[in-house]
Amino acid sequence: MNNGLMIRLGAVLAAASLVAVGCSKTDIATEHKSASAASAVTVTDQWVKAAPTGMTGLFGTLKNAGEHEVNVVSASSPVAGKVELHEVVGQAGGGSVMQPKEGGFPIPAGGTHVLAPGADHIMLMDLKQPLQVGKDVEVTLRFEDGSTLPFTAQVRDFSGADETYKPAG
Amino acid sequence: MPTRPTSPPADGPSGDHDPPGASGINRRRLLAGGAAAAGLAGAAGAASWSAAAGRRRVSAFAAETIAFYGAHQAGIETPPQSHAVFVGLDIRSDTQRSPRDALEAVLKLWTTDAARLTQGIPALADTEPELALRPARLTVTVGLGPAVFERVGLGRLRPPSARSLPVMTVDRLEPRWGGTDLLLQICADDPITVAHATRVLVKNVRTLAVERWRQAGFRSARNADHDGVTMRNLMGQVDGTVNPVADTPDFSEVVWDNAQAQPWMAGGTLMVLRRIRMNLDKWDELDRASKELAIGRRLDNGAPLTGQHENDPVDVTVRRDGIPVIPPNAHVALAHPFQPGERFLRRPYNFDDPPTAGETSDSGLLFAAYQRDIDVQFLPVLRRLAEADAMNRWLTTIGSAVYVIPPGVQTGQYLGSQLLDDRDRTR
Repeated sequence: MNNGLMIRLGAVLAAASLVAVGCSKTDIATEHKSASAASAVTVTDQWVKAAPTGMTGLFGTLKNAGEHEVNVVSASSPVAGKVELHEVVGQAGGGSVMQPKEGGFPIPAGGTHVLAPGADHIMLMDLKQPLQVGKDVEVTLRFEDGSTLPFTAQVRDFSGADETYKPAG
Repeated sequence: MPTRPTSPPADGPSGDHDPPGASGINRRRLLAGGAAAAGLAGAAGAASWSAAAGRRRVSAFAAETIAFYGAHQAGIETPPQSHAVFVGLDIRSDTQRSPRDALEAVLKLWTTDAARLTQGIPALADTEPELALRPARLTVTVGLGPAVFERVGLGRLRPPSARSLPVMTVDRLEPRWGGTDLLLQICADDPITVAHATRVLVKNVRTLAVERWRQAGFRSARNADHDGVTMRNLMGQVDGTVNPVADTPDFSEVVWDNAQAQPWMAGGTLMVLRRIRMNLDKWDELDRASKELAIGRRLDNGAPLTGQHENDPVDVTVRRDGIPVIPPNAHVALAHPFQPGERFLRRPYNFDDPPTAGETSDSGLLFAAYQRDIDVQFLPVLRRLAEADAMNRWLTTIGSAVYVIPPGVQTGQYLGSQLLDDRDRTR
């Protein structure tokens, strides 16, 4: 029975990329020939930590179903004056800080890039309005080829994700 | 065309675009599995746990799921799971948002979480994702208290019979078990699954809603009885005979709203939750024959005293030596319908909480009943029982609450959207 479950899981993993983008099999095959980076990527499990003012983090999983590595180079959102791609790094004296990530978020062909508290994430800064729990936030990813991927993320309460911010420069 | 993924994976796939099932793959399984796989892939990197390791030990029993999306909310027509928790919550007054805005946010968050957890997918930002991998037929059912309709300015949309029940003279209601703005009914065959889902659902709305009470209940373990066997309560009685049968037109007619009073309610239902304490020490004083006369059924197999088998009809006209075989004040004599419409779905759970000092038990029944119209179907029976039921000497209702159970939703909708979203309401 374990084997059966794993085989079935494998089959649906393959199928998941088809249904997740809401296109027919034919569309996918056609698109991937001249694929823009954005058309190969799906965003799942995305959420934003609630914040009254200032800055907050966006988390989720970026999956690249294409045959070439793609690179997220920037992001934007109507609710934020500025959006940065961040990493969390350990400090020589202990603890860790977050800081802008040089070179963006590369996603290998067929691979994923996970954005999580304590790891890489997208920082929404200079918030123009309180991000209230239960609301949706619009965010757009921009790839190195100029293609863009808009998506919606739900605002959630979360106790963690309070890394210290170390601005660039 | 750039892809435009929407929120969680469970919300993503839309039936319109699925490849046709020509390959013979079961489409429902494919969708559920796809969502599960996406959820696993997502959480796997986020935390230091291995999806494969987490899944490998899950038995078919624990992996069983009940669909979240559908015409009706799950957890009502669903064959009762072994464990249940009912949580009553009120919308906070200090949210700095309008009550309607706060309610909408709660319902959206619960929809997102329930759509995932019931399919064995960790919630967004789940801090214990491993605990989500054994759904064990988890269902999450959301209810709205009658008072919340006025509170959010939608009093005109409250189903007419959804209001606090009149207090019966035999009731000894304790305010701590009273009605609330919101209800969560969380059921599964694994108590860890219930505990995790309860924590996720309650903590994720803590800035919007405050918990007033929590009532935990149980039945026999899964598969301890064959499917369809009526449960026993802690008085030893077979409890729940003559219930509407799931997936029949009769069930729909008794339980599911037909949009007659409130169009937005089509597919919803009304719930009564009564906390009934059993005085087991007093009950112990009765001999077995007296116990059977009080209930009107045999204790061994639940058959009415006028029959042989559990499902034989209750016949109050049968006399032996001029005396009714089932006394006129026996529980079944009063509980059986006097009018054809006096029927509802009973889906009760036992409770057995720590007794207070000097007591030997705090046991009873979380009596959950579901019906289209409380005034027509439920209240006449309640009044008869309150006035004369022989069982009233050993049963005391100490909690009473009524909830509107909104209809089920489709992918992309949130629970309660038929009420709160003007576009959904006129659809």
